[in-house]
Amino acid sequence: MINFEYARASDVADAVRQLAGNPAAKFVAGGTNLIDLMKMEVERPTKVIDINRLPLKQVEATAVGGLRVGALVRNTDLAYDPLIEQRYPVLASAIMAGASQQLRNMASTGGNLLQRTRCHYFYDTAMPCNKREPGSGCAAITGHNRMHAILGASEACIATHPSDMCVALAMLEAKVHVTGASGERVIAFADFHRLPGDTPQRDTNLDAGEIITAVELPPQGFATNYTYLKVRDRLSYAFALVSVAVGLELKGDTITQGRFALGGVAHKPWRDPNAEAALRGQPANATTFARAAQVLLKDARGYEHNAFKIDLARRCIVRALTQAARGMPQSQSSKKIM
Amino acid sequence: MERSRVGARDKALVDKSGKQVGVYARTNDAGAFAWGTLRNPRALLAIQVDGFIMISDDEIGSGTAAFSVPVNLTVNGTRHALALDPRTTLLDVLREHLDLTGTKKGCDQGQCGACTVLIDGRRVNSCLTFAVMHDGAQITTVEGLAKDGTLHPVQQAFIDHDAFQCGYCTPGQICSAVALIAEGRARTAEEIRELMSGNICRCGAYTNIVAAIQQAMGRS
Repeated sequence: MINFEYARASDVADAVRQLAGNPAAKFVAGGTNLIDLMKMEVERPTKVIDINRLPLKQVEATAVGGLRVGALVRNTDLAYDPLIEQRYPVLASAIMAGASQQLRNMASTGGNLLQRTRCHYFYDTAMPCNKREPGSGCAAITGHNRMHAILGASEACIATHPSDMCVALAMLEAKVHVTGASGERVIAFADFHRLPGDTPQRDTNLDAGEIITAVELPPQGFATNYTYLKVRDRLSYAFALVSVAVGLELKGDTITQGRFALGGVAHKPWRDPNAEAALRGQPANATTFARAAQVLLKDARGYEHNAFKIDLARRCIVRALTQAARGMPQSQSSKKIM
Repeated sequence: MERSRVGARDKALVDKSGKQVGVYARTNDAGAFAWGTLRNPRALLAIQVDGFIMISDDEIGSGTAAFSVPVNLTVNGTRHALALDPRTTLLDVLREHLDLTGTKKGCDQGQCGACTVLIDGRRVNSCLTFAVMHDGAQITTVEGLAKDGTLHPVQQAFIDHDAFQCGYCTPGQICSAVALIAEGRARTAEEIRELMSGNICRCGAYTNIVAAIQQAMGRS
């Protein structure tokens, strides 16, 4: 690890001021991803600003009936918050599907959004990687790419976003509150993470100099018909091959509103408005679910080791929609997929 | 040397002959000395190893102390006032600075759980956090669990159930299990397995570990 200057920020304005004009500075909150990357010298900040003393640790009701989650709320605290468990159980479930309890105890809400890909070649500084070193090439396209993207990838990068929490936040249409030198702004969740295109070094649309202060949940939590289904190489403590977050509103057997987002398949949590339109007004049955999966996956493309994920994703979508429609969400402790 | 970035509070870093080298140190807003870096941050490592000294207008001192950040940690009830290189992980402070070698370094990447300790009662991977981030915190390691010569119920249960073979993961397993019981979320064996999945045992003692935790849960 290279040496760095360590500083503490006392409030949001102080944090923004300390970051301003220093592209080699980084904020640290939980540090579970940043410190790992610093050890590998994938991240080489010369200044690390500790934001753990900022007053961003509350889960509060919003005026419109949603919740505002402070950026420093730890993943465990968010998953176990009674309001989250009751009103946004898909979010609690997705958080508990990720990492380990030790990591969830450290990891922050804001940091979860900003974690980097777990592509092996991104971590291996001996290999080319356009995300780590723009212009050096992508070792994953012709390398071991079992974990990699089947949707929205580019010739420059086929990495996936590793978060489970973000898949639920995408489905819930959360909003990301950020503050920079020029003030505050709100970013829709769908616009927060980027596709790789020819700039895979940029994971998000957070500007240099900005800090995430909160994640806002809209009132609709899909607390009755939801699921978070995650399929991975181990039963626990592994990144998703494919995951699906679902929220349905039903009237009898008819879907009045249906949303689903996929994790493990793209550079960002993946939603498709056409696939969700294929659910609306339709009976909640296998035929409807298969059609929605087909729409979402119509442009999917596999590489040497991950082509299986296209069919796996199709099956996961159908299974997850079925779980949600039945009101039988996936248990994250019993691994049995019903 | 990029002189333009050196301000009034900065101190020039020179070698023993008084010749300036291309780095400097300064106080930051927290009032602590920290490394400053210019062109080649890697050079800092060489300078520490080679024993360069740092001088300012009015003092001459050994570099290492001046580059460190003050931090207070209470470990197993004992308060320690430390001055640390900010890169030092909590794990390395425990093992290398405080000689508390019960906490183990396995992967050093947050993947194995051997380094699990409790910070203010919560289980964390001590390899993935800088000690300077925990000024004022209460740390509990495996050495702090037994009280007055009596093993913690989780320690006793691990012995009763032969819940280890080589023992390397055991301090992390035990600290993790102590926190798991305090969290109060695991009731069934499968819930214990899921919430203990951050602790790997390559000997495969999992069956006995779960049995030990179930015994300790019954007692607490």
